[in-house]
Amino acid sequence: MSDRVAIVGVAQTRFSPKRPEVNYAEMAYEAIEEVLKNTRLSIERDIDNAISCSHDIWDGQTISNIGITDVIGGHLRNEEKMAMDGSTAVYYATIGILSGEFDCTLILAHTKMSQTNRNIVNNTAFDPIYTRLLGLDFTSAAALQAKRYMSCRNITEKLTAGVVVKNLSNAAHNPVAHNKGFYTIEDVLNSPLVAHPIRRMDIAPDSDGAVAMIVASERRAKIITDRPAWILGIGTCYDSYYLGDRDLSDCWALKKAAAQAYKMAGINDPSQDIDLIELGEEFSYQELLWLEGLGICGPGEAGELTASGLTAVDGALPVNPSGGLLSGVPTNVAGLNRVAEAALQIRGEATGHQIKDVKVAVAQGHSGFCGQHHCVIVLGRE
Amino acid sequence: MKRNVAIIGGGQTHHAARRHDVNQVEMVNEAVRAALSDARTTIDEIDAVLVGNMEFFEGCHMTDCWLVDGTGAYGKPGLKITTGGTVGATIVCAGVHHVASGLFDRVLCVGFEKQEEGDTGAILSGVAHPLFGRSMAGAAVGYFAMMATSYMAAWGAKEEHSAMVAVKARQNARKNEYAHLKLDINIQDVLNSRMLAYPIRMLDMCPASNGACAIILADETTAKDRCEKPVWIRAMDTAHNEQFELDWRDVTTQKSIFSRVSAARIYKRLGVNKPTDYFDVFEIYEPATWAEMVWYEDLGLCGPGEGFKLIENNKTGIDGPIPVNPSGGILSTNCIGASAMLRVWEAALQIRGDAGGHQVPKEVRRALATAYGGTNWTVLTALSRNIDD
Repeated sequence: MSDRVAIVGVAQTRFSPKRPEVNYAEMAYEAIEEVLKNTRLSIERDIDNAISCSHDIWDGQTISNIGITDVIGGHLRNEEKMAMDGSTAVYYATIGILSGEFDCTLILAHTKMSQTNRNIVNNTAFDPIYTRLLGLDFTSAAALQAKRYMSCRNITEKLTAGVVVKNLSNAAHNPVAHNKGFYTIEDVLNSPLVAHPIRRMDIAPDSDGAVAMIVASERRAKIITDRPAWILGIGTCYDSYYLGDRDLSDCWALKKAAAQAYKMAGINDPSQDIDLIELGEEFSYQELLWLEGLGICGPGEAGELTASGLTAVDGALPVNPSGGLLSGVPTNVAGLNRVAEAALQIRGEATGHQIKDVKVAVAQGHSGFCGQHHCVIVLGRE
Repeated sequence: MKRNVAIIGGGQTHHAARRHDVNQVEMVNEAVRAALSDARTTIDEIDAVLVGNMEFFEGCHMTDCWLVDGTGAYGKPGLKITTGGTVGATIVCAGVHHVASGLFDRVLCVGFEKQEEGDTGAILSGVAHPLFGRSMAGAAVGYFAMMATSYMAAWGAKEEHSAMVAVKARQNARKNEYAHLKLDINIQDVLNSRMLAYPIRMLDMCPASNGACAIILADETTAKDRCEKPVWIRAMDTAHNEQFELDWRDVTTQKSIFSRVSAARIYKRLGVNKPTDYFDVFEIYEPATWAEMVWYEDLGLCGPGEGFKLIENNKTGIDGPIPVNPSGGILSTNCIGASAMLRVWEAALQIRGDAGGHQVPKEVRRALATAYGGTNWTVLTALSRNIDD
């Protein structure tokens, strides 16, 4: 990139299974108010445009960015709503700044999963003619993917349970996480079966929360902060829609999205050039599958890699030191939280779970069942 | 903007109340194929696909994911934006940003709605705040009834003026092969149509349409190489009104409102002193007849309170000095996710001279398109035939 874009501020609400005391706008404002305070920016004076990220169907309001126009500074100004995972909002904000149209963009992702039933919402992502009536939801679809991936690659349930143990113990040091603790592989394997081979502890729990972030052009970023997290590479890609059209043991679209982002960032050997990864493991097996898609190891190798401790907080390549999605991050917010956590690590601000000397971090998010659309963001200190 | 961006092609479906012959994927594909063919481009040459749609209207979550076979997004970068009625124009903005960023040379923008698969009135009532607004919401008709009574009381306009707008739209639509409501009606027909909420009658409102629109944007080099008649995007501006700012019903308000603020900003950017001289044609988003007259005033096509005189004197007809919505506009075709994009595409067709039966009979160098959605939100898009004009 000739012109550069940086993340100059990040704020997150605490994540919680239920926030009945606030509506989604009030919850969003907690994060927005804090990010403006941290960066000493004013919406009116400094922010050129805003990008929000949520889904009408989750918010229970048609055109639900109506609900946050005031708190995001949209009144008489520019606000656009991305109906995708929050990582894609960072992708689009970066493009907006690179276009020269904007210099400083406020990004917000918010969702209160407690307002509805995730399986009813997610069932409507299946087409109304052929697959919705089967009663599929994201968990049952993920079970098909887990089964296919685990049987093709000889991944045992013990190996996926290892992801849960790692991420929930990482979350114990993350002040905004709510699903945390020190468990054993047996604890995970003894948790109730939801859709074989996925057990309750393998699933990211329902959560309420919001994340706000400010990205800026190089010129503005250097004025705003002395610790910008530079956006070195971005990439997105769609896979096929129908599960039968995809090889669920592979993640072709993630590989393509990562290839775009790595090329832009000049990453040739992801396993060597990357210091830290925050990825979207809505289900524990996805951490392994996405690591393979991100080119960290070959097909079927991510299980042993994780068991060896390489991806632990004290390993050579920490993955989800924040605790990841299993620690309790709402859907849609998920990807923005990934990018936010990666940015905090680059900036040395990951209180309680900071990894030493993170120079290059990768964040990954996905939309659609079994990861149909992937987004990869590469961040760097330089 | 770092790079100049042009529309190198576009296409739309034949909009209709019922499309039982296609599902959403197939319907969108009709517009995508039309756009690719118009731009003499193949899907393999498209670098990114951007989708705009309001998922509640069809009750389908993540429509961009389902639609990959129809949009051609499989294996490509892309995203989905939802901003209500404005979304079609927002997607064009997003496409312009993509091309201007230098990362993408050809971007496909798609907007659609298949309204027959949902209940538009019920879904629009869901726009209102769940605690403070929903119990008194009356979908879009209620909002425009309040705007209309305010307009009549303040400026002395009559129901006949509204009927004139309704007739102009449907008569223009008869010249547009893609329009939904091609009605051979007169003023009396409008005044005899069923009352929905005083003074809004059936023929004062837009229909619920099924349809899609697709536009292909490209950078300057590609546009000049590949396209005989590129239409240049000169400026865009977005403004939203906050939901509890209800002053908009009062047409005499002196407060800053979305449409006037946005028009002032885009005019300043382009150096427009007199919009009726600067722009040769306008494609505006008028969900109800009265909104068209309010747009005339907010865009500065006339003074405050004079909008109804423009229609009375036939200034805004196809052959008038200030043609507004020669396509028939929203009053003739409203497939929400596509509607604002159709304004941009129809404006581009006028500049190219390719609007066929509804081409305005004068030279078109510049055009302005507006969008309208949310709780009074807009996106304005200014287009030109010459890159530096």
